Amino acid sequence: MCLAIPGKVVGIAQENGLRMGRVDFGGIIKRVCLDYVPEVEIGDYTIVHVGFALSKIDEDEALKTLEMLSQMGALDEELAEGDEAFARAAVAPQSACPDGSCAPK
Amino acid sequence: MKYLTEFRNGEVAQRIAREIHAITTRHWKIMEVCGGQTHSIIKNGIDQMLPSGPTASVEMIHGPGCPVCVTPLELIDKALAIAAQPGVIFCSFGDMLRVPGTDSDLFQVKGAGGDVRIVYSPLDAVDLAARNPDKQVVFFGVGFETTAPANAMSVHVAKRRGLKNFSLLVSHVLVPPAISAILDSPGNQVQAFLLAGHVSSVMGYWEYPPLAEKYKIPLVVTGFEPLDLLDGIRRAVIQLEKGSHEVENAYERIVTFEGNQHAQKLLAEVFEVTDRAWRGIGVIPNSGWRLAPAYQEFDAEARFQIQGIHTVESALCRAGDVLRGAIKPAECAAFGKQCTPRHPLGATMVSSEGACAAYFNYGRFLSVDELATAGSALSNA
Amino acid sequence: MPEIDKLATPDFSNWSCPLPLADYPTIVMGHGGGGKLGNELVEHLFLPAFRNPALENLGDAAVLSLTGKDGGSGRIAMSTDSFVVQPLFFPGGSIGELAVNGTVNDLAVSGAIPKYLSASFILEEGFPLAQLAAIVESMAAAANTAGVQIVTGDTKVVERGHGDGCYINTAGIGVLRDGINVGPHLAKPGDAILVSGTIGDHGMAIMSVREGLEFESQIRSDCAALNGLIDAVLTAAGPSVHAMRDPTRGGLSSTLNEIANSSNVGVHIDEARVPVLTEVQSACELLGLDPVYVANEGKAVFFVAPEAADLVLATLRDHPLGRNAALIGHVTSQHRGMLVARTIMGSNRVIAPQIGEQLPRIC
Repeated sequence: MCLAIPGKVVGIAQENGLRMGRVDFGGIIKRVCLDYVPEVEIGDYTIVHVGFALSKIDEDEALKTLEMLSQMGALDEELAEGDEAFARAAVAPQSACPDGSCAPK
Repeated sequence: MKYLTEFRNGEVAQRIAREIHAITTRHWKIMEVCGGQTHSIIKNGIDQMLPSGPTASVEMIHGPGCPVCVTPLELIDKALAIAAQPGVIFCSFGDMLRVPGTDSDLFQVKGAGGDVRIVYSPLDAVDLAARNPDKQVVFFGVGFETTAPANAMSVHVAKRRGLKNFSLLVSHVLVPPAISAILDSPGNQVQAFLLAGHVSSVMGYWEYPPLAEKYKIPLVVTGFEPLDLLDGIRRAVIQLEKGSHEVENAYERIVTFEGNQHAQKLLAEVFEVTDRAWRGIGVIPNSGWRLAPAYQEFDAEARFQIQGIHTVESALCRAGDVLRGAIKPAECAAFGKQCTPRHPLGATMVSSEGACAAYFNYGRFLSVDELATAGSALSNA
Repeated sequence: MPEIDKLATPDFSNWSCPLPLADYPTIVMGHGGGGKLGNELVEHLFLPAFRNPALENLGDAAVLSLTGKDGGSGRIAMSTDSFVVQPLFFPGGSIGELAVNGTVNDLAVSGAIPKYLSASFILEEGFPLAQLAAIVESMAAAANTAGVQIVTGDTKVVERGHGDGCYINTAGIGVLRDGINVGPHLAKPGDAILVSGTIGDHGMAIMSVREGLEFESQIRSDCAALNGLIDAVLTAAGPSVHAMRDPTRGGLSSTLNEIANSSNVGVHIDEARVPVLTEVQSACELLGLDPVYVANEGKAVFFVAPEAADLVLATLRDHPLGRNAALIGHVTSQHRGMLVARTIMGSNRVIAPQIGEQLPRIC
């Protein structure tokens, strides 16, 4: 009951009395019901399960969590604020596609 | 994908795992409730990363958070009977298609001519009903609290649009009563729980402090990606080592204490609490939701009145013991022999996040050593 | 389904004499009867599209020659496949391209140079002629690109409601190259495993237009004829190539499991090295699918002697269809018969063969 993935809201419209969004999941766009997250606006990230947005993703919390986890067991290195910490945490093995079109794992 | 890929960083995962090794001084057994978490743990080999020494270890026990697995056999048989009827479009999530009923499954009903369709969202089923006024559209409403808001909205919208040909076959189950039932069962060995993160995104975690207090047990709201799971486990171990029993939130980017109030409001309107039978476990009081009287007209069981169901469970199947965490899948005598994903005896082998299927598919019939050292003799290219 | 929009009127401009077809905008039972209507279909649709001497003789059998400058060992490979895909037209292709490329690829991965195809159609009464024309047109184009000829065929019509519009069977023959000995049973411990490009494209392109699950995306089927690519690899490293397969239904997993089984070896891959397009990965996340089980229609997997790995990789990347080729793993003598993958966490997991179709999940 738990497959919910994060997506970015790129469009909002009323359809049949429901607040429906176009949500971008890494390049895939799906229609999602936003009725349960009236605070979510275009540009926000939200977690979606079976076509329903259930929660707005708190981007500050996400960053804090990643920073905290990346610090674990690290040597004495200063961790930079904001995007740099985020980017370092997001480092994965090199994309498998020479032309860069592949998902980094 | 943003907010997904970063939480799969292998290097950071290794660091958290090392931290867990460093702080574990005794043997601990932690249960992850949600089947999606089980799936992620097994697929990513998270349990292989945990300490497993003679004096200190962390063992993951896989819980019953697989709504597909716990849907009563009788309800599956009713679903099959309804789906086989002419004039019915039976809609379901993909997970339910191969779950075995007494004689058959939805896939076979489809093969025999039943109009069985996989949909992504319950709203798709509502749209189908609007577009096919001469058919009865039934949606198989299975799930925990995560899926309930979607199912609730589907009947709410159907009611608002005045659709007479839409109904919901309801099998909703709740997490807190399941946790209590497990903790109350004789021989329970679970010492801490990873709470289902997405269930909590809907319900919050305000229901859990009384449980933590009553059973003196740490409860950690946990996500699904490798870093989330390792962090949840780490926090549970810290509490266990310290002897504390708090409710903690390790999934702060998604979950708040109160949860989603808009969803909870509609849930309270559309559903009411009821006793529910959990396949393999038995009836747990007040552990499920059924449609409230105002929405009773949309109940598929009432609308179709299926009679003459004789359910027969396999005598060999120990899915119930697996679901309660009493045994690991490999400890079941039928595992890998009479019971495989090709010929499943119970739902835990069929459902993709059922513990038995996860074990089978991700290779737990290789010895731990064999699996750990696979590929190690090869040169890195 | 954008391709369908341009099907309103078939483009008969370079066909010999399309006029009688205009009388029948849809297929009727008579088209399969072998009589006048059936002949018209051959004369005015199939023949102009597939144009070649063997076909134009319109005999009960095509008379072909496999000797002479074609080279080859005198050994012939033959393959057949039936195509029942729904929907018939999808992003990046149609049943037509699949029907040609599918059989061409089966021959190519067997080490043969594909030469001739047959094409049999089972059409449903009421099937729009415009769609058939588009399918046939795409087959002609695919055959041309692959360098094969469609030299014989058949058409049958079934009653309305007894078929999904159009089913196609193609059978093909090719000539085996000299000095090439490949087979699923010939993989050896130590062999390097390479894949010619990104996996899961085709299956997710189909999924993106599948009723109930559809989503907006730029994913296109990778449907392509691989004989040119394979030719390049065999020319560069022929004797070092032990096994080749195109991972269609069941995806990369099926192919690697089958070879592990046939050769009685262990196959070990590194998940981080398996190329997957970002959008395909995202679509899989959305539906709860694993890319290793998703179908491909324009990719090849190679098992080669380890000393030839670099050469084969370079050869693949040099070719338009192999730009994203990657070395993904090795054959081992451990865990014989099984496919094991190193996860991004650094742990190992078994990738079991898929049972039936992979279904989207919510859990």
